[in-house]
Amino acid sequence: MKRTGVMCCCVVILVLTAFPLLARQASVPATPSASTASAASPELPKTVTEKLNQLEQKAAAAQSSADNAWMLVCAALVLLMTGPGLTLFYGGLVRQKNVLAIMMQSFALMLLITVLWALVGYSLCFGGNGPVIGNFEHAFLRGVGATPNADYAGTIPQTTFMIYQLMFAIITPALITGATAERMKFSGTVLFMTLWFLVVYAPMAHMVWGKGGFLNAAGGRFQTLDFAGGTVVHVTSGVSALVCALYLGKRVGYPRQPMPPHSLVLSFTGACLLWVGWFGFNAGSALASNGLASSAFVATQFGAAAAALGWSLAEWLKHGRPSALGAISGAVAGLVAITPAAGFVGPMPALAIGFAAGLFCFWMVTRIKGIFRYDDALDAFGVHGAGGTIGALLTGVFAQAAINPIFGEGKAVGGLDGRWWQVGNQLVGVLFAWSIALLGTIVILKLVDLLTGVRVPEEQEVAGLDITLHGEEGYNLES
Amino acid sequence: MMKIEAIIQPSRLESVKEALLEIGIEGMTVTEVRGHGRQKGHTEVYRGREYTVDLLPKIKLEMVLADGLANRAVEAILKTAKTGKIGDGKIFLSRIEEAIRIRNEERGEGVL
Repeated sequence: MKRTGVMCCCVVILVLTAFPLLARQASVPATPSASTASAASPELPKTVTEKLNQLEQKAAAAQSSADNAWMLVCAALVLLMTGPGLTLFYGGLVRQKNVLAIMMQSFALMLLITVLWALVGYSLCFGGNGPVIGNFEHAFLRGVGATPNADYAGTIPQTTFMIYQLMFAIITPALITGATAERMKFSGTVLFMTLWFLVVYAPMAHMVWGKGGFLNAAGGRFQTLDFAGGTVVHVTSGVSALVCALYLGKRVGYPRQPMPPHSLVLSFTGACLLWVGWFGFNAGSALASNGLASSAFVATQFGAAAAALGWSLAEWLKHGRPSALGAISGAVAGLVAITPAAGFVGPMPALAIGFAAGLFCFWMVTRIKGIFRYDDALDAFGVHGAGGTIGALLTGVFAQAAINPIFGEGKAVGGLDGRWWQVGNQLVGVLFAWSIALLGTIVILKLVDLLTGVRVPEEQEVAGLDITLHGEEGYNLES
Repeated sequence: MMKIEAIIQPSRLESVKEALLEIGIEGMTVTEVRGHGRQKGHTEVYRGREYTVDLLPKIKLEMVLADGLANRAVEAILKTAKTGKIGDGKIFLSRIEEAIRIRNEERGEGVL
């Protein structure tokens, strides 16, 4: 009895499961025309269309997950460039009595720009579609959520794009502190950087990267190629650094008194961290985990290495010895120069751009600075201003449609493709970055000088900023 | 009692210390100092800027010894600190009037 009961149950279950299968098989020959037409035809049975939709959604979700994972890591890598990368690099280059002051300036920017970014910064850079600056569409991060912003990065949550771009906004003003090192007030620095971010960085970022921006490579009036920030980050900060160095004047005792770096070991470590972080900066600027990101990653490595070799070689020939400081300075110069080009050039042009930048920045720092006698304490202009400028111009020469067909499939991108007037476009972008940095910085410095003052009194400068501005010392080795 | 002040190259410190220990010297004071005699300094170049570093790192050894031991100590230092190049340093000798051990206020050569 028991066995027949089980058998009956099995038969019932079999019939029940077979029924829908039979029904489906029966329905297929009923619509033979649908299978010969396109797969997405609405005449397909509802279940198949649903399945296709589901598949598409799943594929999109998988791509989004991959891109998002990569971009979050890149955002962290770019923050790594400021702290600890730049703080160690600059910290080692100053004298012992100013090590905390210079580190604190970069760290303060990590805090300050983050808050400004949430309030209005992101919106001023990436809101709306004006030609010069964004709007208040995303003020207080309104409307910035998990939904992608198709204008910029269609496969990652807008929150990821927002936080990634924030890290660029942090390091850009931090680079300027290299020129004002060892003599600028902390209060003056904080006020200056706040205004500089709003007046120089936000418009420049929108013009080059923002939708509708008039220097935007995709549809702007002057299509400037700037993959990861040669003009937006390095030219603006480098040129502003020069203005600051001229406005502040020389450090007490410069150039008579020796001011050697207090710890090249710190600088060395910092420079290597900058190099690693730069992969997030350049490869991440593809805004997706794709072939373009790989190409930019490769260009970054080759540009940095070639520039470090170029600088070292020049130094070896000129001074008889290749120095550690020269090698790391060259690497940073190469990373700067390859930044605008990273997503447009192949490995060989990357080597050429890096090598040229290494030689050019060496010449700027060792020769030109001496001739004009400005005290750009840590060479923010000589490395970032000069490297950014030469990199942006060479991008116009070497950019190739084979790497990034940004102007449309089959259309020339840079000089090597035959589009030589792109170099002219690059020049317009560079000149614009120079102009906005020069004018903006002068006006802001005047204003800050009136409100808080920009330079510390001489006795504080001699005693060191760590003790006088922060009440502590970097090294208490006897405690 | 004699006081020996020897200014030597930092790289020779370990050999000098060993030689002094061998002849039975139990105490010394070592200080890291900077200075130059006829050697003068060297130049360093940072991003194209040249600095002359004229005060070089040296080691100063100080010890107070009984008269008999002092001569042997000088010989030991001469033998081990010499590299033959300019910058090997100097030895200064002077008389000491009194020595006092702080712990038990004992005085004289026995303190050494």
